[in-house]
Amino acid sequence: MGNLLDIKDERLSFFTPAGEVKALGGVSFSMKEGDVLGIVGESGSGKSVTSYSVMGLTAHPGRLIGGSIEFNGHRIDQMSEKEMRRIRGNEVSIIFQDPMTSLNPVYTIGNQICEVIRLHTKKSKAEARARATELLTLVGINEPEKRLKQYPHELSGGMRQRVMIAIALACEPKLLIADEPTTALDVTIQAQILELMIELREKLGMSIIMITHDLGIVSSMCEKIAVMYAGKIVEYGTVDEIFYETSHEYTKGLLRSIPKLTSETHEKLVPIEGTPVDMLNPPKGCPFAPRCGACMKICLREMPPYTDLSDTHYSACWLIQKREFEKAAGGEKQ
Amino acid sequence: MGKYILKRVAMAVLTIYLVSTITFFLMNLVPGGPFLAEKAVSPQAQAAMEEKYGLDKPLSVQYKNYMLGLVKGDLGLSVKQRGRTVAQIIATKFPVSARLGGLSILTAVCVGIPLGSIAAFNRGKWADNVVIFIATCGIAVPSFVICTLLLMLFGLKLGWLPTVGLNSVLHYIMPVTALAFYPTAYIARLMRSSMLDVLGQDYMRTARAKGLGQFKCIFKHALRNAVLPVVTYLGPLLAYTLTGSFVVEKIFTIPGLGSEFVGSITGRDYPLIMGTTIFLAVLIVSMNVIVDIAYKLIDPRIKLK
Amino acid sequence: MSEQNKKFPTFQLNVDDFLPADEAEKESLVTMRASVGFWKDGFQRLLKNRVAIVSFVVILIVMIFSFIVPSFYPYSYEHQIRGAENLAPMQYSDGELEQIAAGESVFPHILGTDHLGRDFAVRVMMGSRISLLVGLIASGLILLIGSIYGSVAGFFGGWVDIIMMRIVDIIYTVPDILIIILLAVTLKYPLQNLAEQPGFGWIAAVGVNLTSIFIVFALLYWVGMARIVRSQILQLKEQEYVTAARALGASSGRIIRKHLLTNCIGTLIVTTTLQIPSAIFTESFLSFLGIGVAVPMPSLGSLANDALNGLQSYPYRLLAPALLISIIILSFNLLGDGLRDAFDPKMKE
Repeated sequence: MGNLLDIKDERLSFFTPAGEVKALGGVSFSMKEGDVLGIVGESGSGKSVTSYSVMGLTAHPGRLIGGSIEFNGHRIDQMSEKEMRRIRGNEVSIIFQDPMTSLNPVYTIGNQICEVIRLHTKKSKAEARARATELLTLVGINEPEKRLKQYPHELSGGMRQRVMIAIALACEPKLLIADEPTTALDVTIQAQILELMIELREKLGMSIIMITHDLGIVSSMCEKIAVMYAGKIVEYGTVDEIFYETSHEYTKGLLRSIPKLTSETHEKLVPIEGTPVDMLNPPKGCPFAPRCGACMKICLREMPPYTDLSDTHYSACWLIQKREFEKAAGGEKQ
Repeated sequence: MGKYILKRVAMAVLTIYLVSTITFFLMNLVPGGPFLAEKAVSPQAQAAMEEKYGLDKPLSVQYKNYMLGLVKGDLGLSVKQRGRTVAQIIATKFPVSARLGGLSILTAVCVGIPLGSIAAFNRGKWADNVVIFIATCGIAVPSFVICTLLLMLFGLKLGWLPTVGLNSVLHYIMPVTALAFYPTAYIARLMRSSMLDVLGQDYMRTARAKGLGQFKCIFKHALRNAVLPVVTYLGPLLAYTLTGSFVVEKIFTIPGLGSEFVGSITGRDYPLIMGTTIFLAVLIVSMNVIVDIAYKLIDPRIKLK
Repeated sequence: MSEQNKKFPTFQLNVDDFLPADEAEKESLVTMRASVGFWKDGFQRLLKNRVAIVSFVVILIVMIFSFIVPSFYPYSYEHQIRGAENLAPMQYSDGELEQIAAGESVFPHILGTDHLGRDFAVRVMMGSRISLLVGLIASGLILLIGSIYGSVAGFFGGWVDIIMMRIVDIIYTVPDILIIILLAVTLKYPLQNLAEQPGFGWIAAVGVNLTSIFIVFALLYWVGMARIVRSQILQLKEQEYVTAARALGASSGRIIRKHLLTNCIGTLIVTTTLQIPSAIFTESFLSFLGIGVAVPMPSLGSLANDALNGLQSYPYRLLAPALLISIIILSFNLLGDGLRDAFDPKMKE
């Protein structure tokens, strides 16, 4: 079976007045139908940029400068805007981070849901309305008929995110991108929305890209995880591999910074020191080197290559290379 | 909503009351009072006049009478135009100014909004720069300069357009252009920045993510939000147009309320000055209230407050 | 995927490469952009803004011509040269031609003379002096009143704030131009009386109409400034250093002066600069209607008004003041925009 999504060496830059910001420096990954992939990283690491580019939604000064994006057998990077529009909201759809601002304040919920249905299907007004009601019920909103007539500001944040999910699911997309769908919500609401997403995924079976900086969320939802740092995937693997066979220092840092309710000893939470790199002048070597506790001389000079750790697990860190190197050197001595 | 309307109307009534009061007392600074100022008349005639206008009574009584008259729409008698009341003069002259002003406001809105939007869509390109340039100049040039330049060029040098009065469609071109110039520039600027703001909003990204075309994104999702600040400008726009008409009507010799007002200033027709001031103030203040309420109606976000 | 990941570095690795890097080495990698102070940063941005710099230079040139040049200019704005009425630019009167024939040097009337034989060029310069003075003094008054009022309201908060801002709301809704005209029409009588009192001679010197224009600005135009200052103070008030100063026992007045005002000075500069053209605008409007500065004092508005009668024959008499006032207002607007971009990025429309 072919891949649903195939991204190869994607390079994307924002051409700002201050200079070229290399937001993505060679990102590659692929997804099969039904896969749930989590992309993890801090703000500015390129996780949102990657997923927006899948929808052809790269914001203004940004431009794809290399690599390819293939979705369902179509080269997205070579599509015209018109072809792209047929895919957006239809085959690929997206849920944004902030439900408070992502809905147009001057139109009713019903208007905004029906809009996308009528755009991609040949449904009549009444049929679209019926489908909208059905969708609201699906995402767990009660009194859907009443809600359709309301304006976004009359709904709570969690409710609005449910509406956003309804809009995203309106045309039964093959791929759903969720861009930090719970970050802007209260903790209790976060859990509800996540539960809803897991439930919907079981019901509808679409692929999901889950973008987040919260490793807890990915562990409960995803099968595979890509950890991004400074526009690159630094480690990729299954949930178990990322959590229990962590190989990249940055991933280790991320794991140390989440609290564990289960742990009996009072483990200290360790934040990652320092600030993310300046993407206008990215350093020559490993971008994480200046913040890395195990930084070596080579890290400052050269970008580490990817090393496969298993069929599904790879990572870019000089420490792995060091181990290999020592193994080789030890072997020679013996 | 009802409470809000009530509050705004109460504020407006208070403002109008204040303006009327200020007007009354300021006018009494004029030696001899507004109704008699600088008229050499015999003592008998003066006494008769004083009795007629109630000027022999103490100031507080005069004030009371004047304010009561205002409520009834009685703005007094013109000093210079024998036998005509101020209200009559306003009633005959205002429609002319209203037509001119209405056309100018319409022009400003219909030209300013597309100009500003076009600039925003083409941010940083030549179309944007052209609009910014026009808007910057438009805001810097006083209306009397625009008027006189138009008059000189199209009226006198080229002789294309009539320069006096408002008798035909052609007569309207120059005054309306002159009066609409500043507000057009202002609206274009306002619209540009508000459109840029809207284009950067998350819901525009949502609209694009739905697969909507450029046209639908702009006309359905952007325009309605971007136009809201322009609605709030309509109140000040009316004030500008009314005061601007003083200059424009004076230059193009248009028999409207504006030129009447300027004439009353130079002719020291104090009752007419008072009456016109209060009339225009009521107009502007009530327009502001209407615009504020309309704004709340258009923007569903504020409805519940 | 896995095939391409198998590749090893193309260069030879040494044991040294895997030694831990020290802090200094790590530091050197992070190219921190130098942090610049608020003023230095602002000025740098301002200097890069060519439009603002050109505007500033234009304003300087206009100021030199209106404040310095008239003092040594061979003609004065009120001197009527007999026989030299309505001269065209660079034209000499018969009398002056005789003088030239007699070997005397006569300074040319660059812009001709008006209907009373006054040199027009110097009148335009004096006119722009009046316009600039009105703009600068009025803005100064607005700054003074508005910032004091706004900072008091914002700083004390509570019911003081509520009452003070309600007053501002009411003044804000008063149609200003109408009140200005009213004041300009009526104030001159009491001011004329006042000017005769000892100690108030300056009113006569400044001119009764000009004084009433200033009074109007002082009465009505400060409300916008007061609102801006108040909101700035409210924002700043929440910040820790004010609490810290309070805890250390600093008095309210001292806190306002030292901490708060210095922190919103950027906003004040920008707002004041943008206030100047609007004051000039209003003054020229009044003068054009004949209720601004009094004769023989010229202002750009009254010069344009005078020119209206002879528009057919002497169009340049209109063009000179009209262009000048537009240039002055434009320059101040652009300078103000530049200052805002440089010192107050938050305030961008």
